[in-house]
Amino acid sequence: MPTSLNSINNWKAFFDETGRISLFAARFFREVVKPPLEWRELLRQCYVVGYQSLLLVAVTGFIIGLVFDLQVRPTMIDFGAVGYMPAMISISIVREIGPIITALICAGKIGSSIGAELGSMKVTEQIDAMEVSGTNPFKFLVVTRILAVTLMLPLLVIMADTVALFGAFLVENLKGDVTFRLYFNKVFNNIVFGDLIPSTLKSFFFGFAIGLIGCYKGYNAEKGTAGVGAAANVAVVISSLLLFVLDLIAVLVTDIFYDL
Amino acid sequence: MQTRPQIQANPLIFNEKERGAALIAIRDLHKAFGNHHVLNGFHMDLFERENLVIVGKSGSGKSVLLKCIVRLEEYDTGTLTVLGSNISELGQDELDRVRSDVGFLFQGSALYDSMTVRENLQFPLRRHADRMRGENEEKLILSALESVGLAHTLDLMPEELSGGMKRRVALARTLILRPKIILYDEPTSGLDPITSKEIIELIMKVQHQYDTASLIITHDMDCARVISNRMIILVDGINYGEGTYQELAASEDPKIRAFFK
Repeated sequence: MPTSLNSINNWKAFFDETGRISLFAARFFREVVKPPLEWRELLRQCYVVGYQSLLLVAVTGFIIGLVFDLQVRPTMIDFGAVGYMPAMISISIVREIGPIITALICAGKIGSSIGAELGSMKVTEQIDAMEVSGTNPFKFLVVTRILAVTLMLPLLVIMADTVALFGAFLVENLKGDVTFRLYFNKVFNNIVFGDLIPSTLKSFFFGFAIGLIGCYKGYNAEKGTAGVGAAANVAVVISSLLLFVLDLIAVLVTDIFYDL
Repeated sequence: MQTRPQIQANPLIFNEKERGAALIAIRDLHKAFGNHHVLNGFHMDLFERENLVIVGKSGSGKSVLLKCIVRLEEYDTGTLTVLGSNISELGQDELDRVRSDVGFLFQGSALYDSMTVRENLQFPLRRHADRMRGENEEKLILSALESVGLAHTLDLMPEELSGGMKRRVALARTLILRPKIILYDEPTSGLDPITSKEIIELIMKVQHQYDTASLIITHDMDCARVISNRMIILVDGINYGEGTYQELAASEDPKIRAFFK
């Protein structure tokens, strides 16, 4: 039965890979609490991950705000609920669209770049050279990168949310004559800590997932330059998928708290 | 076809009395990847200030042997002692201390490509700040680069260097901690004859200037002829032949002769 055998092998490979990623994550938690932390490299990575993604995230956030408002506005007019636009847009962006879109962009930009960089370092023996020089490459390369993405992603999400709200305001102002003050009054009247905290918390998990998968794939890259390409590619695919799974879990957990 | 300019062979020939204690001692080393047995009871000693060359066909386990010495690979059975320490029994801190006494020149140079030449040399220095305490970092970097003739490349990125320059910068990075032993993995592979000659001269200069012992893995017999004080021919994971270049070159054994054709 070759089909069922294939299926068994695929599941085996899936669990095998999941186990390896879990061990890699466990090693991260072991190493992150073991001093000393590579502060200089961590700051450099925060700069690379955070500052160098600002423009991309800002432009995307702005366009998402514009497009979202333009798409939803006619339907809201049909229902006679155009006055609820700022409230609806702010809740959608802060709770869901901002975090997931920013995380997906970062999975593409940062996840692939970490996968390719570490993969290239692996196949050109730079990681071995680091180890031979008495440096723990896991701590220097992996811990700093995962921490940097975990810390920077929530900040990028907050910025993307803010810019997206400005984008949506622009449409509201041009098409509906809504003033800046009125728009943001309505926005802030409808956003509560119950919206902000879960979305910020899940952004930390998104960042961790992107950093973890990028580092795991790069650190374990093999088979020369093809392996580097594969590491970058697979890092994006797996982390994007994982983001949706984490998002689903986050929404389910948040719902439990809302019900309470 | 370009031929390599002639260099005088290494004049240092050791006799048993001059050798002293072995810096690296390997006995009955076995290493396999699945069913593929790479090392099958390999043994060797590396003595102070000597250049020991190991030659073997591609895939004969030469690079694996070097990686076992610095524990980048774990061997299966046997004993491997580096500077008096059994390498497989060392904890991480002790291993790092031993590694700081063993320089490793990788086949592809392995320069950190996101760092400048200066930062590449700073990296091991900062990791072992206690070892180089009281020494001026900038002076050490300049002196290491000057010893390989590349002081002007201080602020260049690795991508701006040629293959030969990368190899020399990598050697400077290896030398900066003043190791007692240097492991060279195919130091002349992929280089043109003139650059190969420069690297060979540099390896000999390092041996004399820094009093290091070197273990050189190569399949370049011209390099082996010039550099070696002693040679080991690795066939099927064992020491098939051992002696000076001249002794091995005079051998009638067909497997040894194959290397000298």
